[in-house]
Amino acid sequence: MTTMSQVVNAGFPLLTVTAGLPAVGAIATAAVPAARRTAAKWLALLVSLATLVLAVVILVRFEPGGDRYQLNESHAWIADFGVRYELGVDGIAVALIALTALLIPFVILAGWHDADPLETKSSRWRPTQGFFALILAVEAMVILSFEATDVFLFYIFFEAMLIPMYFLIGGFGDRAHQHGDKAAATQRSYAAVKFLLYNLVGGLIMLAAVIGLYVVAGTFSLSEIADARASGNLDMATGTERWLFLGFFFAFAVKAPLWPLHTWLPNAMGEATAPVAVLITAVVDKVGTFAMLRFCLQLFPEASKWATPVILVLALISIIYGALLAVGQRDIKRLVAYASISHFGFIIMGIFAMTTQGQSGATLYMVNHGISTAALMLVAGFLISRRGSRLIADYGGVQKVAPVLAGTFLIGGLATLSLPGLAPFVSEFLVLVGTFARYPVIGIIATFGIVLAALYTLVLYQRTMTGPVKAEVAEMPDLKLRELVVVAPLIALLIFLGVYPKPVTDIVNPAVQHTMSDVQQKDPQPDVEAAK
Amino acid sequence: MENLIALLVAAPLLGAAVLLCGGRRLDAVGHWIGTVLAAVSFVIGIVLFADMLGKGPEERTLTQHLFTWIPVGDFQAEIGFQLDQLSMTFVLLISGVGSLIHLYSVGYMEHDERRRRFFGYLNLFLAAMLLLVLADNYLLLYVGWEGVGLASYLLIGFWQHKPSAATAAKKAFLVNRVGDMGLSIAIMLMFTTFGTFAFGPVLASTGDASEGMLTAIGLMLLLAACGKSAQVPLQSWLGDAMEGPTPVSALIHAATMVTAGVYLIVRSADIFNASPDAQLVTTVVGAVTLLFGAIVGCAKDDIKKALAGSTMSQIGYMVLAAGLGPIGYVFAIMHLVTHGFFKAGLFLGAGSVMHGMNDEVDMRKYGGLRKYMPITFVTFGLGYLAIIGFPGLSGFFSKDKIIEAAFAKGGTEGWILGSVALLGAAITAYYMTRVMLMTFFGEERWRNQPTASPDEPSAEPAAEHHGAHAEPHPHESPKVMTIPMIVLAVGSVFAGGFFSIGNRFEHWLEPVTGYKHGNPPVSALTVTLSTMVVLVIGAGIAYAQYGRRPVPVVAPRGSLLTRAARRDLLQDDFNHVVLVRGGEHLTRSLVYVDHTLVDGVVNGTAASVGGLSGRLRRLQNGYARSYAVSMFGGAAILIAATLLMRGV
Repeated sequence: MTTMSQVVNAGFPLLTVTAGLPAVGAIATAAVPAARRTAAKWLALLVSLATLVLAVVILVRFEPGGDRYQLNESHAWIADFGVRYELGVDGIAVALIALTALLIPFVILAGWHDADPLETKSSRWRPTQGFFALILAVEAMVILSFEATDVFLFYIFFEAMLIPMYFLIGGFGDRAHQHGDKAAATQRSYAAVKFLLYNLVGGLIMLAAVIGLYVVAGTFSLSEIADARASGNLDMATGTERWLFLGFFFAFAVKAPLWPLHTWLPNAMGEATAPVAVLITAVVDKVGTFAMLRFCLQLFPEASKWATPVILVLALISIIYGALLAVGQRDIKRLVAYASISHFGFIIMGIFAMTTQGQSGATLYMVNHGISTAALMLVAGFLISRRGSRLIADYGGVQKVAPVLAGTFLIGGLATLSLPGLAPFVSEFLVLVGTFARYPVIGIIATFGIVLAALYTLVLYQRTMTGPVKAEVAEMPDLKLRELVVVAPLIALLIFLGVYPKPVTDIVNPAVQHTMSDVQQKDPQPDVEAAK
Repeated sequence: MENLIALLVAAPLLGAAVLLCGGRRLDAVGHWIGTVLAAVSFVIGIVLFADMLGKGPEERTLTQHLFTWIPVGDFQAEIGFQLDQLSMTFVLLISGVGSLIHLYSVGYMEHDERRRRFFGYLNLFLAAMLLLVLADNYLLLYVGWEGVGLASYLLIGFWQHKPSAATAAKKAFLVNRVGDMGLSIAIMLMFTTFGTFAFGPVLASTGDASEGMLTAIGLMLLLAACGKSAQVPLQSWLGDAMEGPTPVSALIHAATMVTAGVYLIVRSADIFNASPDAQLVTTVVGAVTLLFGAIVGCAKDDIKKALAGSTMSQIGYMVLAAGLGPIGYVFAIMHLVTHGFFKAGLFLGAGSVMHGMNDEVDMRKYGGLRKYMPITFVTFGLGYLAIIGFPGLSGFFSKDKIIEAAFAKGGTEGWILGSVALLGAAITAYYMTRVMLMTFFGEERWRNQPTASPDEPSAEPAAEHHGAHAEPHPHESPKVMTIPMIVLAVGSVFAGGFFSIGNRFEHWLEPVTGYKHGNPPVSALTVTLSTMVVLVIGAGIAYAQYGRRPVPVVAPRGSLLTRAARRDLLQDDFNHVVLVRGGEHLTRSLVYVDHTLVDGVVNGTAASVGGLSGRLRRLQNGYARSYAVSMFGGAAILIAATLLMRGV
């Protein structure tokens, strides 16, 4: 059994600073005077880049073979309550912090003009500063959620990130809308409220479970509870454990999102600007799947195994259902949203397959899905901003007029359909093989997802990019330098991690071994001892 | 020496990267960069081949390990190459024919403004195809497998402003994805059965696995092969793939990529050897496809689609041979190589004809072209003689061996498979004679026939550049195009004989694939003579129909079978009604269900539980703040309650 002893890092509070920097940056950005709009943008970009540097430092300082949680920080906070400010990262958290810190600069750069003031607004209106400040606030809270090793502390950030997200979705939409500004505002507000309600309901149920856990365990500390569980000092009645598990899982399943709790995502991603949609699906939603691995499996191993069959079936439904729905969409952004639902199905399936390949694959999937969806969605955003429409039918023949845009869109699409050679293939295959090893039938049905993914991606590409050039797109300019700077590194990363994913798997694998031993599972062994 | 293997793949990969990222600066030289890098690969292949010949038959396998690709627990995927006699055969075929077709394309694509990109895609194809045949494990093979699929997608849809080309490209990719499911599942089965998916360990351990498991793996591999090699029931994409530029049809959809399925089966010989059921299904798929493709080939008036039907049919022969086990593997590969020569040559010839005929593809608007295109006529003619199995030419040796081996399977199966193969030979002679006569002999039906009317856009948009609507002026193609055709014609004539002297090809491949001489129930001479007889009958019927009688410019209505064959034996109609329409209905109803039912039920549940619907309405009216306050109020009450509990 691994020791869970907390080696508190007395030195530099790296984790706090990494999360604190964007938080401070958010305040500073919001405080930039209204007229100095461009300065606010640059400030936000620089802060996000500095955060990326800190994330790289975490990556370097983290020793994959070392303790389970590293770079720990621990301070008393609400002593009466036993709530501590406890931070620490394992390999899974490190990978996701790196993903978050990596994507935010691209999100900021892609949304460079998304919050420029409209002429009709009054001069006191400062949407630009707000937009970028909110993005940095989300980054801070997401990173803290990945770092928190105190259950209550996690809950606070898990919930708090809803507030900036709510304003990002509700306050900033696409520049042009096919049904006019007023309809757009109504739909946006509906989407934002729906997002908030779904997640708050999930969060409230989780809060009850968090408190319930405290009542049972007498502490909020993840490591203390897990240690007590492992050593047998903390027995939970089967029923209690199951109820608490469900309370946690429900909140994470809303956020992830898992079928049938998914319907807020297409609304939110459809109405938000493309960079915010990336923020939702590539960053914020990952907290849900991350938390399943960290909290559900670690705190409630028996209940997790008990719920596995149902969760696997729901994940399988998500995969197939999300893909079929994506095929049927007429709106580019909603199509990507449903594709994401399908991909989250893969991630959840990998987590609950309870094999090394499934869980490492799922973690890698979170990283790769973040990058590939960012690439596809941001290019889609560039496309939409040119034509002022999200409808697939409004495009056609773009390839002829904007070949670079079409080419990057295609690569983003190919990553989404998990083409071998690009990063998502590695994770998707690992999830499939990890699931297949324990649940062959579910693994085989999930494989149909790869055909459907090709269908929705290639149909989208065909309808928008090929065929005769539509009159409305004839004058469409190709990608500008700023847009290329956004897309090119993402594509390079997709190729690099497709060919050489080892840097990520090396960090993730030891953490997954811990999780596997939490749930006391061993990988199924092959039938035949293969010749060497 | 083994360090050269990676360079085989790296050279064209570099070409693809440079050409696709290079931008317009490279437009002037891009095609030569692509061609030279293809040739570099071929030269490296020759060097490795010479080295291999210097070693004993059992010591010829070279391996090169680059790095560990995916290490997760017991799942260890490596980037490693394995070059043995089987891979070597493919390397020479791919890089050799590939280089020739690059050269040909320099002329063929001269007027296309996106020629640089075309060569980038061709280089990408070569790299992926070489990776496919050089990989030392199934997962890396999968990367090459999808890579060629991607290149094929990009090249079929190269003229993507034509909706038909874009649709054909998407269809090819999708149908292949169904096959990819097979490959995925096969690899998963290998991993759970053997704990690995590297060729060496898996193929050496088949003796310990159950036959049922090996049958399952074999059938999944066969499904993959059906997709890539356009075998029934996944054949429907190949005809449409002719939307791509003709050099693509020659290289990818005739000589190399479509034969990858045969490679996969022969590479997995140990799995198939251990599973008679999987072998039987393989032979049946091959036999059905060889008839299917041949029948379709008889009915098409589009010269490329007729040749596509023929490709399907000839690969059917190879799959049939591969299903026969050790008596067939070497002949499957031998036919694959000779077919690579003559079918690539035939396609390049067709391209040359189209080049001289304003890109007309309808053979009913050809006729009497031998006078105008003598080199094309002679090279195409030699390819024609080779494919029908004219004695002494390449196809004669390779096809005859397959027919013999089919009979040699023994029992009723042997008789059935042998007869089908024989019947296929007759139909081959028929449809190829038909193509030959309609194109190069008879009346000059193109006179006073303005090709490519405005209503029917030409298959090759290059036509826009040289006045599509005038009467064609048939002319011979430039040297850069005819030289590759001549080289391939030489291969079509001599390759088969060269391979057969002293059973060279059997000895060459035996260490890898194994070889057992099959004894047909009748003498080999009888088989050969029967083949000759059916050849004469097939060609004779074609001559009676298309040589002695004038060919109508508008196709006659034709019999029921002819009409069905023109529509690819109705398989497309089936796909359309069942899969396309059915799928559309399914997705549309699901969209509806998601919007009303799922969304509604979840919202409704939430509303009834928390009385949220009223709040929702209020929120939509802009009272978000009050909601947030009430939410946090709720949280505060909960915390207070807990505090109280703790106090108690």
